[in-house]
Amino acid sequence: MKNRDVVLSVRGLSVSYLARRGRVRAVNNVSFDLHAGETLAFIGESGCGKSTLNLALIRTLPKAASIDAGQALYTDRSGTLIDVMKLSDRAMKQFLWSECSMVFQGALNSLNPVLRISEMVYDTAAAHGMDRKMAQKEALGLFEKVRLDAHRVFNSYPHELSGGMRQRVLLAVALLLRPQIVIMDEPTTAVDILTQRSILDVLKELRAELNFSTIFISHDLAVAAEIADTIATMYAGDIVEIGPVEEVFYRPKHAYTLSLLDAAPRLSFGHEELDSIPGSPPDLIAPPPGCKFHERCRFATERCAAQVPPTEIVAPADDQQQAHLVACFERTAVAQAQRRRMGVNA
Amino acid sequence: MSTPLLELRDVYRSFEKDRVTIPVLQDINLAVHENEILCIVGESGCGKTTTGKIIAGLNDPSSGSVLIRGRERATFTKEEQSKLRREFQIVHQDPFASLNPAHTIEQILSFPLKRHKLVSDRASLRRRIWELLTLVDLTPPGDIVNKYPHQLSGGQRQRVSIARALTVQPRLIVADEAVSMVDVSIRVGILKMLHQLRAEFGMSIVFITHDLALAKYFAWEGRIAVMYLGRIVEIGRTPDVIGNPAHPYTRALLAAVPEADPDITRRKQPMRLRSDDIPKLTAIPRGCAFHPRCPFFVPGTCDHDVPTLAPSAEHPQEFACTPLQQEGSLQPYAT
Repeated sequence: MKNRDVVLSVRGLSVSYLARRGRVRAVNNVSFDLHAGETLAFIGESGCGKSTLNLALIRTLPKAASIDAGQALYTDRSGTLIDVMKLSDRAMKQFLWSECSMVFQGALNSLNPVLRISEMVYDTAAAHGMDRKMAQKEALGLFEKVRLDAHRVFNSYPHELSGGMRQRVLLAVALLLRPQIVIMDEPTTAVDILTQRSILDVLKELRAELNFSTIFISHDLAVAAEIADTIATMYAGDIVEIGPVEEVFYRPKHAYTLSLLDAAPRLSFGHEELDSIPGSPPDLIAPPPGCKFHERCRFATERCAAQVPPTEIVAPADDQQQAHLVACFERTAVAQAQRRRMGVNA
Repeated sequence: MSTPLLELRDVYRSFEKDRVTIPVLQDINLAVHENEILCIVGESGCGKTTTGKIIAGLNDPSSGSVLIRGRERATFTKEEQSKLRREFQIVHQDPFASLNPAHTIEQILSFPLKRHKLVSDRASLRRRIWELLTLVDLTPPGDIVNKYPHQLSGGQRQRVSIARALTVQPRLIVADEAVSMVDVSIRVGILKMLHQLRAEFGMSIVFITHDLALAKYFAWEGRIAVMYLGRIVEIGRTPDVIGNPAHPYTRALLAAVPEADPDITRRKQPMRLRSDDIPKLTAIPRGCAFHPRCPFFVPGTCDHDVPTLAPSAEHPQEFACTPLQQEGSLQPYAT
């Protein structure tokens, strides 16, 4: 990945929520790079900060939240570097949809029920200086690409479409202004298996054709395994491991990533021994000292309870893929456990 | 085999909406044995939840019968029915919706114990609540009893729902998407606990889910029933159904599911259906309901008669696909 252009470089981003009991540190000093055409998937339990992180990137955080530190450096098509965290509200409105768009879970909530799909397309286009004729042409083309009956859907109201069709409409509209980045938060959660399959297939086709970068948020490891180039594991507001998808799935180095994999059943593996993670994620107002995962970790030692593990490179980046980074003192023990696991279930 | 704990015979169920009759279940024949795990899988609208509700006694068939240990449920007297309701329990998907937010966990568990006079005095009530919370691994119980549902995590709340179902010492628990809202990391713990409770008390569990990998894991030693548009299209031992699926719909589902393994999931060959859209329940296709989408459609056969469930030489499980039963193999439909 050394040679590929970085589209978005996030450095030291921290986000917190103000609650009655104190400050909830939802995202802590998070850094990562997103390259042109890359799909980066964030995995982790609910409340790990993956959604907050991405809401911060599009600056749509709820009022109680604040961005405490960090940059999100975006490189536009002309090569100009923009810090998204410093954009004015007006500039941010332009940035959304034309440079970066998003698709959320639950397509019905993202569509205005009293507007035809065509009106939504025109509104979005008009706000960014695209005329109606062009917008219609673009939208119909994209609707066909996502395997919709383009003309019928264009003139429909949201309630006339099935959940899967609505989700594909949102995906198409997200690409209307050809953004470089699309953020997707659980886009296939709450849809049926065959619907999920068609959304994933359509997404892969679009990505191959239009070459946008994707930030994908999912609690579903299987979906992440299928579509991501790079996986970032988040725990209690930290990225604890990030690396190429094969590295993270086959050679995980963080105890938490391994525990997540241990808890996920796989269809083609016959009978499997699975394990859940004991306890629940920590209180983010007063997180435990040391590694925040140590209280639930089967590899934890005294050092884990006392010191914060530094993020270290376990495999460098090359032309094809990102570096593999991890913040875990017990990565040797984790690697051994993974080898045993692969041996047993292979 | 001995008389099943529960049996559905020719169950048909419909609902009225805007003066239109919607057939939600058709020709359901299903037995649940003592101490058995039965998984019902299928997409939304396939009838899996309605089947679960009929099993739990929350709903009755429009026609057909429900047999409890060989005897028709409709013939039970009022007292017998009340005892039955204790024997068959259901755990719903959303514990936040099914637990009263204004009651403490102790109150939630006390109601059924007192109502069914399962405890004699305060001391035994308290002992029983402690025991139940320990059974569902909510320990130490002292930390839990005085809490309200909102003070617990999703996984803990679902454990309370299960503890509540256990208050009346049921013979069968219907778990309807009971872990779907719980994080992956916590799910397996709850499923293992259900396995343990089943072993300990000899209960039967009907596990309803849309997640095939989860069904495989949970019901490996039991059976799986696959439903489509109100009918069972395939049913058999889990390793047979998952390892060597017969019905084209089961095959399509299995081929479509992503897997938590990058190489395997990327090498999977999806099955391209002839149509992406599920027909409406008000317009169920004639013959095999899957025929308009099926890549192995045989005109004149599949769109004519409703296929019946039967095994074949290659497939010990029962499946409802006439061409596969007759020919032993499936040919792609050429347009």
